[in-house]
Amino acid sequence: MKKFAWLFTIVLTLSLVLGACAPKTAAPTTAPAQSTTAPAQPTTAPATEPPAKKFRVAVVMPSAINDLAFSQSMYDALVRIQTEMGGPDKFEIVYSENMFVVDDAAAAIRDYATQGFDLVIAHGSQYGSSLQEIAPDFPATSFAWGTTVDTFGQPNIFAYEAASQEGGYVNGVLAATLSQTGTMGVIGPIETGDAKLYVDGFKAGVAATNPNVTVNVNYIGSFSDVALASEAATTHIAAGADVLTGTAQMVVGAIGKAKEANVLWFGTQSNQSSLAPTIVVASQVYHWEVILKEMIALIQGGTLGGRSFAANLKNGGEVIEFNPAYALSADAKALADSAIQGIIDGSITITLP
Amino acid sequence: MIADLFTTTVLIGILASGIRLATPYLYAAIGETFGQKSGVLNLGVEGQMLLGCFAAFYVALTSGNLWLGVLAAMIVGALMGLAMAFVTVNLRAQQGISGIGFYLFGLGMSDLLFQKLMGTVETVKGFPKIYIPGLSDIPGLGEIFFSQNILVYGAYLLVPLAWFVLNKTTLGLKIRSVGENPDAADSLGVSVARIRYFTIILGGTLSGLAGASLSIALLNVFQQNMTSGLGFIAVALVYFGAWKPAGVLGGALLFSMVNSLQLWIQVLGIPIPSDIAVMMPYVLTILVLVATVSRVRAPSALTKPFERED
Repeated sequence: MKKFAWLFTIVLTLSLVLGACAPKTAAPTTAPAQSTTAPAQPTTAPATEPPAKKFRVAVVMPSAINDLAFSQSMYDALVRIQTEMGGPDKFEIVYSENMFVVDDAAAAIRDYATQGFDLVIAHGSQYGSSLQEIAPDFPATSFAWGTTVDTFGQPNIFAYEAASQEGGYVNGVLAATLSQTGTMGVIGPIETGDAKLYVDGFKAGVAATNPNVTVNVNYIGSFSDVALASEAATTHIAAGADVLTGTAQMVVGAIGKAKEANVLWFGTQSNQSSLAPTIVVASQVYHWEVILKEMIALIQGGTLGGRSFAANLKNGGEVIEFNPAYALSADAKALADSAIQGIIDGSITITLP
Repeated sequence: MIADLFTTTVLIGILASGIRLATPYLYAAIGETFGQKSGVLNLGVEGQMLLGCFAAFYVALTSGNLWLGVLAAMIVGALMGLAMAFVTVNLRAQQGISGIGFYLFGLGMSDLLFQKLMGTVETVKGFPKIYIPGLSDIPGLGEIFFSQNILVYGAYLLVPLAWFVLNKTTLGLKIRSVGENPDAADSLGVSVARIRYFTIILGGTLSGLAGASLSIALLNVFQQNMTSGLGFIAVALVYFGAWKPAGVLGGALLFSMVNSLQLWIQVLGIPIPSDIAVMMPYVLTILVLVATVSRVRAPSALTKPFERED
């Protein structure tokens, strides 16, 4: 009896773990353009050319594809490319999500490489050292990882990052214009990488617009602790903040608190307007497809890596998406637009600490 | 800047935050106390909470009735408890390992259901704050203790109730005897299996309620893995609280208060690196645990499956 119990537990555990790790293919419903693009193909591809080989992409992500933040930004970008290229027959997307254990992620990366995918994306800076080990074993496979600038000098690794300080700056300009109490709060996960860039950019934008505004910053030390992020928002509001912003996937609870207290919210990574249409002013959204398309073109031309890319406002890899449901005054909108323009043409330079 | 900490706004903020943050710990850890008092260690609390979070949120979202959400979370938690009881009492499985299994089940299942049924993060309008007439007008104290939502009040009322049941009723006596000396209890006609089934299912129900307190009262949102280790801290709080409801309350409050203190420290710009600030609640908890560990003894039969000697 006791042996049976052990076996039962182990089988249960294993089945769950394996179940959780199984890669998922993007559902065809995510590519609604499939049928509409099909008739257009003969015009884009001359009959003399052989039919293009299906391009296969696999991506490993630390959180879920619908996290309204980092992982979703990558998934949405891939789906947009798929739609553009003519559906799953032309562009295959396979993903492993919730790979917060780096070891599991490394195994998934290796599996995808073994299966002969054209491009394997390790979407998380924590996967870097695993990739450094895996990539040399698969010289014919192209890998991409971010957010970083480091390709480890390998010919088959691309690096990508987001200049998230740019969108942070624009959000900061708007926030300083809209704040009435002169206090605002920022919630971040860990003081590093993409999050730190965004927060520093936001502070720079606020300071450039109104140096008298106080920006309180809170790093909660976790990418998943929704409860603590939410309590951090409450703390900011109690400290007098009437504008909040935050980065990473655990901020969803904080957005809820902002909505309850009716203070403004600025989003980043993905468009967060849907969570609180009344108080989200604008979101900086990553459009990774801009740099992914460059990578794909390079791969098809035979270059498998060795370069690094940055998504920014200029190349369209970052877009400030205003929430149409929020009535932003024309003056404030003009200020934001001129900040965007200034960053693009180089007349505004963002100094980071 | 340190002086900023001692203004009324900040002190009230710290205490009110701490009271709220402690709520899910209290439900889950009081439930776990019952289980451990009867000799069963349930490490699946986190999984039960996650499924409770999802059940409460989804039912509240689709039905528009928050109390149906609470009920759904409790039923889901109870069912998880029932399964745990079957595995540990009837099959006599190793408790720690089975608990981890149930945790992984809850983690995966809540994620799967979220993907299939919702697909994206949404919000609900959760339980509103209830201002207790008279008491909520007391300066300071009113805001800290008497301006919270119903599930927060419930968590604190649960503490004396649990103490009463464990120490002043026959049921409590049976639970304690099953956890201390199951053979003796059995020889006196107490059904060890039935008592353990009861405490594990009760623990699951309260863990489910802990989940509901997060998803439809405190945060009003569901996201994958949103408990983020809370359930494991709840298990640790049972040890910390020396298997006494009042001790659990003290531990939950200490941990939560230090956590809300570190939030304020950062907001006020007190120059402590954020990484150090975030560690504070954990470091302090370990220190207190080390300082007090010798004063208590775990229930003797904890983690030991009961097998009648014929």
